[in-house]
Amino acid sequence: MPVEDYDIVIGLESHARLLTETKMFCGCLTRFGAEPNSQTCPVCIGMPGVLPVTNRKAVMLGLRAALAFRCEIPARMRFDRKNYYYPDIPKNYQVSQNYSPVGAGGFVEIEADGVRKRIGLDNIHLEEDAGRLMHPEGSGADYSTVDLNRAGTPLLEIVTRPDMSSLTEVEAYMETLRRTLEALEISDCRMEEGSLRFEASISLKPLGSTTLGKRVEIKNLNSTRAVLNCLEYEIRRQAAALDAGEPLTQETRLYNETTGRSERMRSKEEAHDYRYFPEPDLGPIVVLDEWLDRIRSEMPELPNLRKWRFQEAYSLPAYDAGVLTQKRSIADYFEETIAAAEAMGAEAADLAKQVSNWLMGPILREVNERRVDIAGLNIPPAHLAELVGLIQKGTISKNIAQDLVPIMIETGDPPETIASRRGMIQISDAYAVEKLVSDVLEAHGKQVAEYKDGKKAVLGFLMGQVMRQAKGKANPQVVREILTRTLQS
Amino acid sequence: MAGERAGIDVGTVRYVAGLCRLELTGDEEELFAAQLSDILNYIDKLNELDTSEVEPLAQAIEIPNVFRDDAPRGSLEVSEALANAPEKTGGFYKVPAVLEG
Ligand SMILES: [Zn+2]
Repeated sequence: MPVEDYDIVIGLESHARLLTETKMFCGCLTRFGAEPNSQTCPVCIGMPGVLPVTNRKAVMLGLRAALAFRCEIPARMRFDRKNYYYPDIPKNYQVSQNYSPVGAGGFVEIEADGVRKRIGLDNIHLEEDAGRLMHPEGSGADYSTVDLNRAGTPLLEIVTRPDMSSLTEVEAYMETLRRTLEALEISDCRMEEGSLRFEASISLKPLGSTTLGKRVEIKNLNSTRAVLNCLEYEIRRQAAALDAGEPLTQETRLYNETTGRSERMRSKEEAHDYRYFPEPDLGPIVVLDEWLDRIRSEMPELPNLRKWRFQEAYSLPAYDAGVLTQKRSIADYFEETIAAAEAMGAEAADLAKQVSNWLMGPILREVNERRVDIAGLNIPPAHLAELVGLIQKGTISKNIAQDLVPIMIETGDPPETIASRRGMIQISDAYAVEKLVSDVLEAHGKQVAEYKDGKKAVLGFLMGQVMRQAKGKANPQVVREILTRTLQS
Repeated sequence: MAGERAGIDVGTVRYVAGLCRLELTGDEEELFAAQLSDILNYIDKLNELDTSEVEPLAQAIEIPNVFRDDAPRGSLEVSEALANAPEKTGGFYKVPAVLEG
């Protein structure tokens, strides 16, 4: 059977490194790329007799995520020990939240193929990261090395329900999650630094079948690309096995980024029995209403909700709305520009699209080339609003406006000031254009006669002559209008 | 649970040893099964009390909301951190080969 004849059921677990400066239970830095084992202390390397103390910011970030994803927040929560022995976990347990996660239920609302869908969450919880285990380059080495800088780094684990049924939905979910965590400054989501990592579970069953498929878990997915490649491989592998009547087993597989395949883990490594119990070294957390009130009051609009609002309120295409809400600073800039333009009396029709075009084009190009934030570009929203207004009024042409942008950045001056100082203002005044037109027609009697004989192509030549006379500063639309009118009279 | 006898058989000892990455001899498995059973049977005395109305307790004195600010405090020097490591190499802990997959 082709792959389309199967129901695909996918769930994702995501680990996001929280944006804190220090670790979950000690004051060691969490900087990426530091000298190995230079950011550790007795607490995070599991010396006996130490006293861990919870990082307040990590808890508040967890609560921020719980509110953003509309989870149920417990009145009281605590940490639990997840016990297992592995060289990257020096305490032989990971501090996590098994019994009272910071958020239960909730959802992430995505848009896939133009359809909005809520991907349900099972829970989100706080935990600490393990260290980094490496096998030396050039195989044959009979040892591995451990760097414990990462051990104890605060993580947020976000566990979905098996609510995704296509790769498009998985991709939209990961993108929405990343954008949300970034916009809310919960995580920087730098995948190349391991700040956002995934585990997937997937099962297939024939369309409409009520028997559940065998669930396969895949670990070691370090980028959205890896998730998509791996799931694509798994779908084909499982469909082929089902087609051939081979039984699938419930198992854990490991993704190999080099081969693009998933491989079965040895059953010994699968045999986990974490024997969770409450972490006795850490007291309970009683969630106070005042914390939640403060977090709510500081919470920005979620990027996806803002995108959909931009589409509706400003009638922008989905693409524009997506680009403009990519970063909070850009979305804020857009809305401030619109407000300033309206205050200046700009024409409302098409205003949003005009501002969007200028922002997505020349302005963001400058932002990217100069590697600055939009706020550091030296063009305040009011100046861009003025620029769009000048084009609307025909005071300057679009080409002149393009030339103005770099000068606006260099001088910090508003566009009208620059344009008049440098003589870039366009001649739109009908009286001035009529004067130019009559001068040109007088000097080109031969072409005027040809036009009247029906050689309409001559119009282009005459237009060029008027523009030349105006040194390029005449408004082409006005010139064309007056020229045509005069010739036909 | 009241009145139920806790018993640890050799199979359980093997299972727990596996989780703890411990290798035990057959004699040790027998010995530990008996010793662990004795310990659990002793603790089992507590099951004579009716605790159905008592919340499980993780700590004797529960003080809620103890936090620290997200402010760095000094870490150990690499040499100090690795001082107790049985084996090390170039600033790393050295452990038996772990090959994933
Ligand atoms: Zn530490």
